[in-house]
Amino acid sequence: MNAEPSGRAWHTIVIDVLKRHNVNLVTYVPDNVLRPLIEGIEADPFFTAFSVAREEEGVGIINGAYMGGTRGILLMQTSGFATLANVLASLPVPFQIPTLMLVSERGTLGEFNIGQSMVARTMRPVLDSLAIETHTMTRLEEAEFILDRSIVQAYATLAPVCFIVSPLLTGGKVFAK
Amino acid sequence: MASIANHPARREQAKVMNRYDITKRMLGLLHRDEAVIGGIGYSNFDLWAASERPQGRRQQNFYMLGSMGLAVPIALGVAIAQPNRKTIALEGDGSILMQLGALATVAARGQKNLVVVILDNGAYQITGGQKTLTGLGADVVAIAQGSGLTQSAWAADESAFEELIALSLKEDGPWLIGCRIDTDKPKDTTERNPPRIKDNFMRGLGTLKS
Repeated sequence: MNAEPSGRAWHTIVIDVLKRHNVNLVTYVPDNVLRPLIEGIEADPFFTAFSVAREEEGVGIINGAYMGGTRGILLMQTSGFATLANVLASLPVPFQIPTLMLVSERGTLGEFNIGQSMVARTMRPVLDSLAIETHTMTRLEEAEFILDRSIVQAYATLAPVCFIVSPLLTGGKVFAK
Repeated sequence: MASIANHPARREQAKVMNRYDITKRMLGLLHRDEAVIGGIGYSNFDLWAASERPQGRRQQNFYMLGSMGLAVPIALGVAIAQPNRKTIALEGDGSILMQLGALATVAARGQKNLVVVILDNGAYQITGGQKTLTGLGADVVAIAQGSGLTQSAWAADESAFEELIALSLKEDGPWLIGCRIDTDKPKDTTERNPPRIKDNFMRGLGTLKS
């Protein structure tokens, strides 16, 4: 992990940028790496945050909320993203609904679960095939810029965007023997 | 007095009603620009057909295309964004069976302004009438109650349906109303233009001005 001028952790940067852009609805399926982000969001009264049973639900909820005038984001891990191809292809992409997604990247850089390492390989091809703007976040000093600019772009161009947070940024999940 | 306790019917006791007719009855009871989210398939088509009026088609409707099972989550999102507007998810049995967790999510949120209407004919009618799991014994109202949606009931007949809809529009939810419906052909086919569907809906909700 690398230096960030203000010394903020990656998850604090995410919270700051979401607040600046008035993204106040957060749906998630939890992940160990996302824990500090989820805890920070849950502790902040600015946000309405709750877990859903399945990632597809989260897309539906934040898409409905957008049409009702509220901005939202879906947090998940790589394997959860793998459940979304049909929903992305039939809801936010054709309806042109800005949809913020943040994925904790499993399956690489020390993965210990073969299921995670296999399914992770489907993520970028799915995003690419639907032409969804995607950024892999690896460096702390770039995090704010990537999030800030891409959120502006998503709402301006009425398109989904996916932020993949790499173990290079978060430290990832370490193999516990 | 109208009360959920007056509606103890079980699925097998509920009358099989006509899809278009009850959709029309439901829309007839809406008087405050309530939002309606139509799932996919024939429930969607009949919502479109029943929403045609001399002064133009009802604007506060959203019509899904694909994304099977997401009518309830989309409605929940609208309901969260606009807590003073009642929001109705109109969903088929095959669709809700795909996303049963959404019922528990709605219950856990205790979303007061949300109404779920399940149109249950026990069949994947649009693909040739193959049986769904409700046609093989699953009871969506019982599943909803077990998911924490205590205000869930089968509509015994048309007048019970109207009473339940009126109750759900007046009192705090979340509500789930089960309707057994027939396999009649839908009266029309929904227009398939996603950005136009979204823009119309957002104009109807006041979130798109132009």
